[in-house]
Parts: sequence; C-alpha cells; structure tokens
Amino acid sequence: MATKLPPTDAVVVGLGWAGAIIANQLVDAGLKVVGVERGPWRDTAKDFNIASVTDELRYAQRQELMLRTAQNTITLRNNPTQTALPMRKWGSFHPGNGTGGAGNHWAGITFRFQPEEFRLKSHLEERYGADSIPDELSLQDWGTDWEEMEPHYDAFEKIAGTSGRAGQLASGRQEGGNPFEGTRSSDYPTPPLKQPYSPTLFAETAREMGYQPFPVPSSLVSETYTNPLGVTMGPCTFCGFCTNYGCANYSKASAITTVLPTLIRKENFEARTHCEVLKVTTDSDGRRATGIVYVDSAGRRWEQPAEIVIIAAFTFENVRLMLTSNIGEAYDPATRRGTTGRNYAYQTANNVQLFFDDKNFNPYIGAGAVGMGIDEFNNDNFDHSGLGFFGGGSTRVTPIGATPINARPTPPGTPRWGSNWKRATVDNYASTMSIGCEASNYSSPNNYLSLDPTYRDRLGRPLLRITFDFTQNDLRMAQYVTEKTAEIARRMNPRQIVANPRTGPWDGRPYQSSHVVGGFVMGADPSNSSVNKHLQVWGVPNLFVVGASAFPQNPGYNPTGTVGALAFKAADGIVNHYLRNPGEMIST
Amino acid sequence: MKEKDDDAAPGGLTRRQLLGSSAALLVGASGAAKGLTFQGTPEWKPFDNVAVEPVDTDTAWQFFTDEEAATVEAIVERLIPADDLSMSGKEAGCAVFIDRQLAGAYGGYERLYMHGPFQDGTPEQGDQSALTPKQRYRLGLGALNDHCRNEHGAVFAELSEEQRDQLLAQLEQEEIQLDDIDTQLFFELVLTNTMEGFFADPIYGGNRDMVSWKMLGFPGARYDYRNYVERHNEDLGFEPVSIGGRPDWQTQG
Repeated sequence: MATKLPPTDAVVVGLGWAGAIIANQLVDAGLKVVGVERGPWRDTAKDFNIASVTDELRYAQRQELMLRTAQNTITLRNNPTQTALPMRKWGSFHPGNGTGGAGNHWAGITFRFQPEEFRLKSHLEERYGADSIPDELSLQDWGTDWEEMEPHYDAFEKIAGTSGRAGQLASGRQEGGNPFEGTRSSDYPTPPLKQPYSPTLFAETAREMGYQPFPVPSSLVSETYTNPLGVTMGPCTFCGFCTNYGCANYSKASAITTVLPTLIRKENFEARTHCEVLKVTTDSDGRRATGIVYVDSAGRRWEQPAEIVIIAAFTFENVRLMLTSNIGEAYDPATRRGTTGRNYAYQTANNVQLFFDDKNFNPYIGAGAVGMGIDEFNNDNFDHSGLGFFGGGSTRVTPIGATPINARPTPPGTPRWGSNWKRATVDNYASTMSIGCEASNYSSPNNYLSLDPTYRDRLGRPLLRITFDFTQNDLRMAQYVTEKTAEIARRMNPRQIVANPRTGPWDGRPYQSSHVVGGFVMGADPSNSSVNKHLQVWGVPNLFVVGASAFPQNPGYNPTGTVGALAFKAADGIVNHYLRNPGEMIST
Repeated sequence: MKEKDDDAAPGGLTRRQLLGSSAALLVGASGAAKGLTFQGTPEWKPFDNVAVEPVDTDTAWQFFTDEEAATVEAIVERLIPADDLSMSGKEAGCAVFIDRQLAGAYGGYERLYMHGPFQDGTPEQGDQSALTPKQRYRLGLGALNDHCRNEHGAVFAELSEEQRDQLLAQLEQEEIQLDDIDTQLFFELVLTNTMEGFFADPIYGGNRDMVSWKMLGFPGARYDYRNYVERHNEDLGFEPVSIGGRPDWQTQG
C-alpha cells in the first residue's frame, strides 16, 4: 500500500525541459508544486566537470547519462505480425535520466516548426487537393496555429539563450537567416556561433547553387548570456564532447543550466529524485486525476495527492503512464479506434559522406549544434506535385566532434581491422565530412505504441511496445532529399561521395535520433487526439500531458524547441485559463 | 570503469553529504525512505560524482585466466598489428583494457535489461543473447582454442601471424562455427572492445601513450577551441592530452 502524503496544488512528473519550465511558471503564479523525477539530481559542477567530462568510453559507449535499460526500456517490432523483443542496449535513440533528462546530452539544435506544420493536413489538402494525402498516412492538424505558438517559442529561446540569425522579422526578410521560418517577434537571444571549416565549405557551395544557407539555430550560447530567470551561461568552446555528454561549461542549455538553479531556490517548489511514478490516480468515474503514486529507491510506495497533475516525462514514459493508468482509450490499429498510443512517429535520418584528399577539417573541433543548413528541401518548402510523397528534410553540416571510438569514417569496402584498416582510418580521419538530412516522419495507422504482453520492468509493469516501420511515403522522400543533398556534395568536388538514404525496415541498432514523438497527440477533435491545444487531457480536465508525445507527426526538424514552446503553452493555459475555472476543460 | 550506483547514493549525494546537508530531506516522516526531497539552495561538493579511477595496468589479470589472456593478446595483436603507423593493439594495452572492463560493471551488463524470455528475433531487434560479456569471452575464447587444437594442433596464441589472420577473417565471415557461442556474437564483441581499448582515454588501460590519438591527430581531452574554430584547413599541431594528463607533465622542469 502507498503511504498518503499531504496534498499539493500541482505535481509535475519529470524534471527535464518540459517539467522544469511548467513547474517554474506555476510556482511563479503562486502554486505549491512538487516535482517528481525517477533519476538523480544533476548539477553541472558536480556531474559534468571539465576535468572528466571528455570521456568517450564512459558517456558515448557505456551511456552513463542515459536511462539504464535495466531500469526501464521498450520492446520493438516492425509490424503487428512480429513478436516484439526488448531493446537491451539503447541503439536507435538515447532516453535520458535524472534532472535535465535527455536535455543534458542533447545536441542543442533548436528549430521552430513552420506555420504550415500546425495545420499540416489542411495545408496539404488546400495546396494539392482534398484527396492528395495517401491512405497510409494519418496526418492531422495540431489544433493550434502559428500566432498562438510564436510567443511560446520566443519565451523558450530566451530561457535557453538560443544562438542564431533571424530570417523573418516583422520588419521583413533578414539576409543570412532562414528564409523559410515563420515571422519572429524578436531575433535570437545570442548571435550565431563561429563556424568550423566543413559547414563553411558547405554554405559556400550551397550559395553558389542558389540556395540560402543559414547558421543552424543552437541552444549552445555564443556569448555570455543571462536569461530572464537570472541564470548566466558561458560561451560554447567547441570542445567536441557535446551530443551524448553533459556540458561542463554552462554553454549548452538544459533544465539544469537554465531553469532548475532558480526554481530549486523558490519556496513553493520541492523536487523529489529517485522516485519513479507508477500511475496517475483518478476518482471513481475517471473524470478527475487525484494525484500520483510513486516508488522510491527503497521500494516504498507513496501517494501524492494534487489538484493539478502534469505528466512531462519523455515521450515513451508519458504514453506508458497513460496506458497503465487507463487514461483515454488504447489505440487499436485493426479498428483504428482509441487515441492513447496513436500516431507514434520518428525521424527519417539521411546523410551523404564526402571523402577528400586535400582537406583538413580538424573534425575534433565541433559541437552538437554548430553548423550551416539549408531548408529548400524541407517539409513543404518545395512543390510536391507529381513527386509521390510529402515531407522533406533539414539539410545541414553539423560537425559534432570526431571522438575516435565512434568517428572513424572510411570508404565502403575498407577492411575493419588489420594494417589496411589502419591506413585507411588515418588517411580519412581529418579529411572526411558529411552532410546530414534530418527529414520528416509522417504518422501512419500501423505505427503505434502499446503495452507489451510479455516483457516487464523491474517493478513488474509492462514495457512500452513500439510497432514501427518507415512508410513508402517516407522511403520515397528519403531517396529524393538524399539525392538533392548528394548534388551539393558532388559540387564540392570530393574524391568520393557515399549517399546513405534511409531504407527500411526500421533498425533499432544504429543511432538515428532520439526524436520519438506522438502517442498522446494534441488536436481539436477528441476522436483523434488525446489532449487539446493546451495539452489538457480530453475528459480529465485537471490532467496535462506535455512533451513530444503531443506531436501528431514529425516534420524535418529537431523537436526540442517545440517541446519547450509547448511547455510554456501548457503553463499559460493553466495559469491564465484553467485556474479561473478549475475542473473544466479550457474553452478558449 | 567505476559505475555510479544510483541506488546506493540517492539524489547523487554520498551518505556523508546526505548527513551534512540541510537541502536534502527524506520524504515523509520515516527515515527508511530513500527518495530525496530537494528544497532551497542545493549543496554539493565539486568532483564528488565525477572521478573515474584510472586502471592499474601493472597488476595481474583480473578476469582472464593466463590462457585466455594470451589468446586475447594474440587476437588484438592481429586486429591492430604493429606497423609504421603505430604499435600493436597488444602493446597498446587492449587486452588489459578488455580484462579490466570485464572485471567491472560492464562485464556483467549490470546497466542493461537482461530479463527473459530470451528469444531470437529479426536483426533489427538487436542483441537478444542472455550471455553477459564475461560469459561471451569465457565461452568464445575456450571454443576458439578448442577449434585451433582440433584443426591446427595448437592454441590460437601459438599460431603464426598468417594463420591467426586467416582464422580471424573466417570468424568475421562466419566460415567457422564455434561451439557453445554464436560466432558473430563473439567476434563482433571482441572487435568492438579492441577498438574501444585502442581509442579510449588511456586511463582505462589501453591506448598506451595516447598512441592512437597521435596517429590520428586527435587532441584528446581538450576543452577550448574558440581561438581555432575559424582556422580552416590548417594543421593545428596539437599534442594530445589525456584525462590523466600527459607524460611530460610528470617531469619537474
């Protein structure tokens, strides 16, 4: 039995980006807030020290910052005819653990989704015809729009100190920024980062070809920056230990470098770490969440009653908690009924490698989010008439730092050991670069999340089961955008290029991205969405589920900027609407 | 590698810090609970959670038997042979690295989900073996030497360089089926761990004198390239640095 604790105004599950932002907004509105986190408390000075963070074996190979699969993992299969099996070691994606969550070891790339994305289904039908979307896709609108989202993107970028160059301001088009972005209410908080050689070379060629390259927007700050919460960050040093690592330099924005240092000092907030939430409790008719039950590291169970319950964990745990708590109806692909677990989507990652003879890229200089990109082949920025697919990708060169256990590119056919392997490794280490194309992944009725019937976690709960494969739409798109990327690569005149468009089936082994989205999506219609545009659960008005789990599909951009914006949006909904009519669905 | 034990140190705090901290309060009234509540100014001591104990490379084998160690040394010596580019994997300490890794948390896959039922799936579903790295080496090295005794009348370490290269290629191509363990499972683990040992920071027992980093031109555990990021297409001439420093730092000037 769980021991009942004194009630609180709001309980927030997960202290990564989304949970920390919402908790801070609610505390500032006068609510008493408890944050519950399954992992440890993390601090830069204690956990990510300059003297020891530069350790590829510990962080990239042994995955020390990531959730231990022994604690919790997922099962995976490509289609419903297969038996799902557990992902025993993280491969395709890297869920985090502890305060800051996956936001500690993320890359820092911080795009805003484009205005068309929030009404993607309507947009495509208007442009290409009412019957243009193929049956294999389950695209839908978000129930919100650009005007509603923009202030929240702006708030998130100011918290994170995001560096970049505006492409569209109210005053008009800005030279050197992304011409395809939605109109911004203000410029980036810090200017673009300096650029290493490979993105510079890419941008020069792209410009010659008539494209409009821009610095990749990055939550690695480019100069000393103090955010609106009074937290100060230091400039990125391009150390090259970034993606998969915590930042020792207070340069990479995360909940622990931008929000929690202030939040933890506020009287109305407390954080409980090493506490894993088992379920959301509801009253007898399921119309009201009464709180949560969690287990601490000694195995004792506690019930935390709360007036408002906010679930802000990683996509996987958000959806699993809703399934184990019987919130909403579980999605069934046979009948296409139910919304919990529906519209799970991923990212379609492609790249082209360029092997040169006469270049030295100093590839160890880099960062998760330093680089140059173009958006001519992303989303619906190009005419899809007659192409046989929708979607596209963000084409860019972002040298993350060539640490040598993992970053030893050699041309296909090179032996994997012996003297010839070694010679090829040395010859290509400094003179190879790659152009990535991080492309959209459009949801499909056959791709969904559910509870595994066989495999259980250490607490006896079912693991979350992923049923996923790339659609024909996405595979055709991957071929197209990779060929466009290869055209740029050839123009750069390397000795050899190797194009790697994503092909099926989805493979759980190689890392692709941690951009897992959907499963508890937002929208205007309770028959095909789980939360409304305020991230408020349909039919359970005091329960909010926030994160990339709310994306109805995934465009060709990294998700974190939108996760941060949705966190501000949910907090705005609670503070400015819900608290005026508690217990009611927000009607505006 | 020292594994952080989250359960033994809730909240990332040591027991000593926990007792001395006003910020960390045990949940509820009972002192038996281990979930930690943080409120107010967090207290921590620098370096508490971050130190990795450098491997002692001079002591005896910690996991391998002498025959196993000789076999692994004979393998890594061929996967990474001595040539004009570098010393061999054996000389660089790859076998020592693997031994120390297997003796630690990695050897038992302590961080990984190792619950059954264990069953074969598609390749895309990934490694589904119930065997830990320790078991994979024990079974694989034994089976390899059994094969060598049967086919060549000698254990692997006693074979010529050419014979060893041929055997490794046959393992890689699965032209040999080892008894007791899936050949590919064993070979891929050995290759991965050998490369880890050769390219990881020397504090883990391999990459002696930062040999692989010098070979590649990788500067190692440096932290600030702000003055170099815009120096394009230029050899910057960095000498590598380990987390443990550099040999010439030990010399008094």
